[in-house]
Amino acid sequence: MTQAEALQEYLLRLADSDMILGQRLCELCGKAPALEEELALMNVALDLVGQARNWYEYAAELIDDGGDADKLAFRRDAHNYRNLLLTEQPNEDYAVTMGRQFFFDAWHYLTLKSLVDSSDERVAGIAAKALKEATYHLRRSSEWIKRLGDGTEESHRRMQDAVDILWRFTGELITPDDTDHIMAEAGIGPEPDQLASNWREMVNEVLTQATLTPGADDAWMYMGGKHGEHTEHLGFILAEMQFLQRAYPDATTW
Amino acid sequence: MYAQLVETGSKRLKTKEEMSPQEREFQEKVDAEIKIEAKNWMPEGYRKTLVRQISQHAHSEVVGMLPEGNWVTRAPTLKRKLQLMAKIQDEAGHGLYLYSAMETLGADRDEEIEKLHQGKAKYSSIFNYPTLNWADMGAVGWLVDGAAIVNQVVLQRTSYGPYSRAMVRICKEESFHQRQGYQILLDLMREGTDEQKAMVQDAINRLWWPSLMMFGPHDDESPNSQQSLAWKIKRKGNDELRQMFIDQTVPQLEFLGCTAPDPDLKWNEETGHYDFGEINWQEFYDVLKGNGPCNRERINTRKKAIDEGRWVREAAVAYAKKQKQRTQAA
Amino acid sequence: MSEWRLYEVFVRSKHGLNHKHVGSVHASDNEMAMENARDLYTRRSEGVSIWVVPSDTITASASDEKEVLFDPSEDKIYRHASFYELPDEVGHM
Repeated sequence: MTQAEALQEYLLRLADSDMILGQRLCELCGKAPALEEELALMNVALDLVGQARNWYEYAAELIDDGGDADKLAFRRDAHNYRNLLLTEQPNEDYAVTMGRQFFFDAWHYLTLKSLVDSSDERVAGIAAKALKEATYHLRRSSEWIKRLGDGTEESHRRMQDAVDILWRFTGELITPDDTDHIMAEAGIGPEPDQLASNWREMVNEVLTQATLTPGADDAWMYMGGKHGEHTEHLGFILAEMQFLQRAYPDATTW
Repeated sequence: MYAQLVETGSKRLKTKEEMSPQEREFQEKVDAEIKIEAKNWMPEGYRKTLVRQISQHAHSEVVGMLPEGNWVTRAPTLKRKLQLMAKIQDEAGHGLYLYSAMETLGADRDEEIEKLHQGKAKYSSIFNYPTLNWADMGAVGWLVDGAAIVNQVVLQRTSYGPYSRAMVRICKEESFHQRQGYQILLDLMREGTDEQKAMVQDAINRLWWPSLMMFGPHDDESPNSQQSLAWKIKRKGNDELRQMFIDQTVPQLEFLGCTAPDPDLKWNEETGHYDFGEINWQEFYDVLKGNGPCNRERINTRKKAIDEGRWVREAAVAYAKKQKQRTQAA
Repeated sequence: MSEWRLYEVFVRSKHGLNHKHVGSVHASDNEMAMENARDLYTRRSEGVSIWVVPSDTITASASDEKEVLFDPSEDKIYRHASFYELPDEVGHM
């Protein structure tokens, strides 16, 4: 894989993860546990879809096949999507929603923090803006993990269940592959070991404060999203998200 | 239906002589366009009417998220998705501004929301209609928000300070909603395929009449209007507002190249207004009574969200308590 | 009864200006009140600083105290610059 190919791949991972998590949050419209949360969730979703658009636009320029950001978002099938498996997991209860958000936010924040110094100026620019948003997302989701983990007996049980359910998808966040290594060597992406240890430290700290137990270090991890091998959920997410573009393929404007 | 059909508890205006000195002083203040503030004395009927109207308005904003939430996961492009998300977020925000204004009157938000879930509180009937195709997102923004804005612009001058200030803020933020909606329709009509254009006309056909119903029954069928107008909680009659809306909307409709499902709609040179057909009031009252296409779904969705969220809200309270104890112990 | 506490929100719209009351939010703790206020009242970059204050900790003047509290200042016009007339020759002061 050339560096140029790796960069395209890497951009799609960033974009797709933002997009799919944003889509999951959109599903919660009108269904949040409090009115204030309604606003907060849509706020995070808006940030994520906005970031996805920025990454897609850059990716589309590099791919240079006449397609644009919308084509990447709405005309690729599941096996071409490169999002982290974590982001496509269903909302379930609010513990799962927030657990998913927190694991992602910690990874997202650390990744963007490193991308701000990327040798690729365009990447650094997009990351700088996104980092501000992600910092806030992380602050919010960390607080919620603590509230739910150290709240009532019921919320503790639910939050611990959520950690247990989601843990197997976290390995993918911090297990580097060729693309990650090429990006790190080129000074474009984060240094994988550093990212992994920072992520573990951050997550352990918050989970401990929340009186929650993280999964085992040697737990089996479900991976593959970064290569297009997804859980069954993604197909349905795309069926809904891409419905209009698929149902009206001749339409050139919306 | 933001300021329409709000029960005031009085079918007839009191004369100045019938008023107590306090009531008279209050009415004089209102007549002089001096804003009433939370701590000022006010007649109990005024307070209750306001709580009803503002909560009804707030419920409408919150329930109003649902027909759009129905399409936010299916928005066709990134741009449209982001716009729709921002708009939905505003609606939640506007609901909160309004509940906040309502709480200055000593009402409790959770209690008022409970009334909504029990079917005891009203909200705008328009949101009991389904959104069936993408163009509905355009038509909702253009017609529904358009009708709401006509209402809300006059409510900026409502006599209760906190409500008036909430309205000012809402009107400022909402100006993009209607444009956003109209632009969706305009783009589809100008550059869309025949199927997309048909979508637009279909959306207008379904949402036209319900939008006109948003202004409420005729003034002479609206026994509470007089008191609300005297208190300046409401500033203009239902029919006048509806006419204003039609007059400004029909040229926009023609510009789109679409038609309204009303054979009687035509310009009247003499009056300088558009004439239009009679609203199906039976349908209006049916929907109001709970027999609209989506009444059940809308309330169930909101009720479910709040019911299923109880453990989350309780956890947050329990955590805050523990934190407080920890700081005190430290 | 509300499950969460009511907080009043004050926003400083730009540097150099006072914080201004904008409304309220519900929250279970101060941190959440701050986040909710930020999400609700500064969506269009309306602020550079936020205060959140539990509503029940605010002491407000009652309307029937208006005469006692505020009327006495009405006849103390010497507190206003316009009370002092200066000859035009002095120029702007």
